[in-house]
Amino acid sequence: MAKILVIAEHDGQALNPSTAKTIACAAEIDGAEIDVLVLGASVAGPAGEAAQLSGVNRVCTIEKAENEHSLAATFAPQIVSAADGYTHVFGPSTTFGRDLMPRVAALLGVNQVSDIMSVSGPHSFERPIYAGNVIVSLETPADAVVVATVRIASYKAVAGGNSAPVESLDVAAELPAHTRYVSTQAASSDRPDLQTAATVVSGGRALGSAENFDLIYSLADKLGAGVGATRAAVDAGYVQNDLQVGQTGKIIAPELYFAIGISGAIQHLTGIKDAGTIVAINKDEEAPIFEVADIGIVGDLFTIVPELTEALG
Amino acid sequence: MEKILVGLKRVVDYNVRVRVKSDGSGVETDGVKMSINPFDEIALEEALRIKEAGGANEVIVVSIGSSESQQQLRTGLAMGADRAILVSTDSAPDSLTCARALLQIINKEEPGLVIVGRQAIDDDNSQTGPMLAALWDRPQATFASGVEIEGDKASVTREVDVGMETIDVDLPAVITVDLRLNEPRYVKLPDIMKAKKKPLDEIALDDLEVEAAPRITHTTYAPPAERQKGIMVDDVAGLVAALKDKGLV
Ligand SMILES: Cc1cc2nc3c(=O)[nH]c(=O)nc-3n(C[C@H](O)[C@H](O)[C@H](O)COP(=O)(O)OP(=O)(O)OC[C@H]3O[C@@H](n4cnc5c(N)ncnc54)[C@H](O)[C@@H]3O)c2cc1C
Ligand SMILES: Nc1ncnc2c1ncn2[C@@H]1O[C@H](COP(=O)(O)O)[C@@H](O)[C@H]1O
Repeated sequence: MAKILVIAEHDGQALNPSTAKTIACAAEIDGAEIDVLVLGASVAGPAGEAAQLSGVNRVCTIEKAENEHSLAATFAPQIVSAADGYTHVFGPSTTFGRDLMPRVAALLGVNQVSDIMSVSGPHSFERPIYAGNVIVSLETPADAVVVATVRIASYKAVAGGNSAPVESLDVAAELPAHTRYVSTQAASSDRPDLQTAATVVSGGRALGSAENFDLIYSLADKLGAGVGATRAAVDAGYVQNDLQVGQTGKIIAPELYFAIGISGAIQHLTGIKDAGTIVAINKDEEAPIFEVADIGIVGDLFTIVPELTEALG
Repeated sequence: MEKILVGLKRVVDYNVRVRVKSDGSGVETDGVKMSINPFDEIALEEALRIKEAGGANEVIVVSIGSSESQQQLRTGLAMGADRAILVSTDSAPDSLTCARALLQIINKEEPGLVIVGRQAIDDDNSQTGPMLAALWDRPQATFASGVEIEGDKASVTREVDVGMETIDVDLPAVITVDLRLNEPRYVKLPDIMKAKKKPLDEIALDDLEVEAAPRITHTTYAPPAERQKGIMVDDVAGLVAALKDKGLV
């Protein structure tokens, strides 16, 4: 029977929504027993949240001062000792999981299955390759532990209402001193989080400046939406990197997505493949974004976007 | 430091729209343009800049793959790498095998720093760098958008979901690079001529005595589900109506 250890992502206070989605993926394996492992300096908050998630059998915590920041080199050996007896170790395919899980996989002597988007069996999965242009079905060896990251845009968070037991683990692992956390520069915003917002308004290079991005913010605020951007817009300094959507940014699945002044490069499209409705505003009727848009409008964003914001008033 | 090692993977060029073979057995690569993985070009550029700033004496590029990867290694030499190593194998190597092979090269060359891409754009695995760091028992700094070498440590700015994070790592270490770290230089014709004289050593993967990793087998390849054809509207009124129609506003 599958025994799955899910590595929780959190910021010390709250659980990241990626954890409930990773659990949703794990729960697709028939009869799986799912435990959640929370590492941190003090994790009562996130561990308590994890215990409420549906499908969770047990929450294990490893609290150590060294675990205050999620450093892969510090976490990985602890996870390896906690993973003894588990058939699967899953983490989210966020920058947290992408940094950490391959280090765990290597220590366990297996290749990682990256970005699981669907489960066909305990050792059979589907995942996107080539920036999402190809979906590959794969089999992992039946006699080896499965270490995987979960493409969180492919899953809906499991519900709450559970009350799984929380246990503290004592693991013997030698922790390295060669990697030290210095600081985080987080962009603060009152807008809905890009990765969980039901509606996202994204702007591209065509916005032309950071000031002009106000057009995107105004429309987003009218819709109660999160804001995203292309790599070109981030590179040009119009917005911070945490807003980038795509192969090397965030993979999102909002119900409604606005692509404004965005050409529709494959590396951007891979980030929005699971969006419900895609609206494209572009002055070039040949722009590839129109090939994936559900609703398209050809024209100048500098007239259309203010008009739209007004019309939604 | 004396040496920097850079991993270069030969991949389908990022501008190519890849196609799945009609029998689902793989991806069409016949006659398709192949290039250095874009992140690996950035990795090499960073290594060259560190060397040019006096931080290293030699930059070595390594590729694990078929003899065709020599092309990408030659391009790396033309960009400015001093020497290249091809670890040759005819089967597409998995990430853990690549990491184990790179570790063998590291044990021989003893570099002060290894720089690789955050992911290869063909398999999108995003795992070789952290795996290598684990096997080597050294620090990793992934998704780097800023690297400062300060003596025997590196201060690395990482692009993470919440924004930017800075960590310090003792050298030697593995750094995986993100797109905004730098803009790789263009190769000039005279450099291509010069690169032909630079050493490119070849060693068979089999001769490295790398332990075989449990293989993940790919059973079928398929194109992603296509989105339904959408509609075009003429003006903002039409757009609002279409959104209302779908119950979205
Ligand atoms: C390895 C790799 C990874 C990458 N990862 C990502 C990623 O994660 N995310 C990402 O977004 N990109 C990524 N890219 C970059 C990607 O290839 C494109 O370069 C980028 O997405 C283009 O951004 P854009 O659409 O804003 O700009 P452009 O391609 O320049 O498009 C601008 C669009 O705006 C339209 N336009 C101009 N003026 C107006 C106007 N007044 N009104 C209306 N429309 C107008 C134009 O017609 C054009 O279609 C990656 C590239 C590589 C090589
Ligand atoms: N066959 C290979 N040869 C050389 N370097 C590789 C190879 N495979 C992966 N790498 C390096 O590891 C990085 C991450 O690859 P991956 O884990 O496959 O996404 C790449 O950007 C390369 O720098």
